[in-house]
Amino acid sequence: MTATLSHGPAAHTKAAEAAVRVDAVSKIFGHGPEAVQALDRLTLQVDRGEFVCLVGASGCGKSTLLHMLAGLDSPTAGSIAVEGRTGLMFQEAALFPWLTVAGNVALALRLRGVGRAERRPLVTSLLEMVHLEGFASRRPHELSGGMRQRVALARALAQNADVMLMDEPFGSLDAMTRDLLHAELERLWTERRFTVLFVTHNVREAVRLADRVLVLTSRPGRLSASFRVDIPRPRRIETPAVSALAGEITEQLSVEVRRHGHA
Amino acid sequence: MATRDRLTEEVAGLDALDLPKAPRVRRAVRLWAGFWPKIAALALALGLWQAVVWSGWKPTYVLPHPWTVLSELGRRVGDGTLMTAAGITLRRALVGYTLAVLVGTAIGSLVSRVKLLRVATGSLITGLQTMPSIAWFPLAILIFKLSESAILFVIILGAAPAIANGLITGADHIPPLLLRAGRVLGARRLALYRYVILPASLPGFVAGMKQGWSFAWRSLMAGELLVIIARKQSIGVQLQVARDLADAPGLMATMLLILIIGIAVDSLFFGTLDRAIRRRWGLMDPATS
Ligand SMILES: Nc1ncnc2c1ncn2[C@@H]1O[C@H](COP(=O)(O)OP(=O)(O)OP(=O)(O)O)[C@@H](O)[C@H]1O
Ligand SMILES: [Mg+2]
Repeated sequence: MTATLSHGPAAHTKAAEAAVRVDAVSKIFGHGPEAVQALDRLTLQVDRGEFVCLVGASGCGKSTLLHMLAGLDSPTAGSIAVEGRTGLMFQEAALFPWLTVAGNVALALRLRGVGRAERRPLVTSLLEMVHLEGFASRRPHELSGGMRQRVALARALAQNADVMLMDEPFGSLDAMTRDLLHAELERLWTERRFTVLFVTHNVREAVRLADRVLVLTSRPGRLSASFRVDIPRPRRIETPAVSALAGEITEQLSVEVRRHGHA
Repeated sequence: MATRDRLTEEVAGLDALDLPKAPRVRRAVRLWAGFWPKIAALALALGLWQAVVWSGWKPTYVLPHPWTVLSELGRRVGDGTLMTAAGITLRRALVGYTLAVLVGTAIGSLVSRVKLLRVATGSLITGLQTMPSIAWFPLAILIFKLSESAILFVIILGAAPAIANGLITGADHIPPLLLRAGRVLGARRLALYRYVILPASLPGFVAGMKQGWSFAWRSLMAGELLVIIARKQSIGVQLQVARDLADAPGLMATMLLILIIGIAVDSLFFGTLDRAIRRRWGLMDPATS
């Protein structure tokens, strides 16, 4: 990851605490007149053990950012530093069609070196966590979109990463299952204290889960605002406190979208 | 805990709604549904043949009745001549095809892994595949004389490119998302190849093997007609002898056997394999499978 390192305006004092550091990162896809600038000098930081949600209009470069953090792509300019092992849950389920549900989860364990004997109980408990224990021997194409997403969540959790990058992980779930998985994810995060960077279009979901909600500008993505969520946990998505803050953030988002409309 | 259990039940209920209930059609019904169109097509073909014979286009000692040919086939199978011939020929097919699979797989996996080789040999492999195998025989006979080796050589040249190509296209058509998913899970180089690339290119590989079989079978038949080896009463030799004796029923009975073996291997073995893989992977429309 080599690129010009420019100093962002906000000098971070707690540098040692940072699990994710994104410094003036720009990403341009393609060349010449067809080039698309996905990110423009984006600077942000996620502290170790922090749960940060990222919201922003479609196409503002959120997935691009997560892919770069996972090492699948590199920035055009700027620098990226991630402490520890990253796990990524893609926007699509991205399951392997030749493996069963249990096989998909087991492969993640196997690739991180978990022995055969330990894998089986771990797979079972991961599938219980996403409430799919009855579907272990199904194949991905036999599941609904939401169920596939839950398998992908189990597989991502199986990586036991230090930094979890999650790209709209609950986008195609019904409200009830989603609330349930919010609670599971929060419980796991409280237990293990990994770092989470979580992309969503659902502002209430962001407030329900996050320590901090970051709003990106419309394309090209830059940091527009940051909201600290001080509502005590465990939270519930339908409480007035969550709604109030979500309203504020939505207001900020629509300012962004309108600004883009004029441009 | 009680609320958790209740929620779990509710989610299970929602999931049950999600899953389509596939109506279980009885096995016999399904088999029959796949079988009768084939029987009908066969009857039609025999009917057409009979019609041509009745039209008197050729005398029956050149173009015999279907019934004469079928009973000749029955007689030759019964007295063992065709069975020994089929044994010799099938043994050659098995040996040649196995070698072709080994060679094709080795070349295919190498070429799909190494970019430079891809660029250098990609179109050459496709070119080899389109080369009629019979064109290889003069060279094969020069090198190996009239021997088994000449036949095997041509089978391998005929089938291996198709198999290699299947593997290469299979690897080419892997969705990039799956490769990325593998990399995110920590699979690099050999592990990525073993756990993602290899299984992901399996459907293409099986398609290549199937095509390779038909090339191998054709090359073998051409070979047995050109490379006649003493005291080896192969199917090709039977054809040749029947022609020399102007034995039309014998000739056509042998041809029928060639057709039957080709179809049997293709549909029973490769067809079943192909369908099993596609069903497992969800590459088949459930309404038609
Ligand atoms: N491989 C690529 N080649 C060219 N352009 C790309 C590529 N990947 C992304 N882009 C462009 O970069 C921009 C950002 O894409 P990205 O997928 O990161 O958006 P996003 O914020 O995740 O959107 P969404 O919320 O809809 O998922 C888009 O305009 C997209 O067209
Ligand atoms: Mg996205």
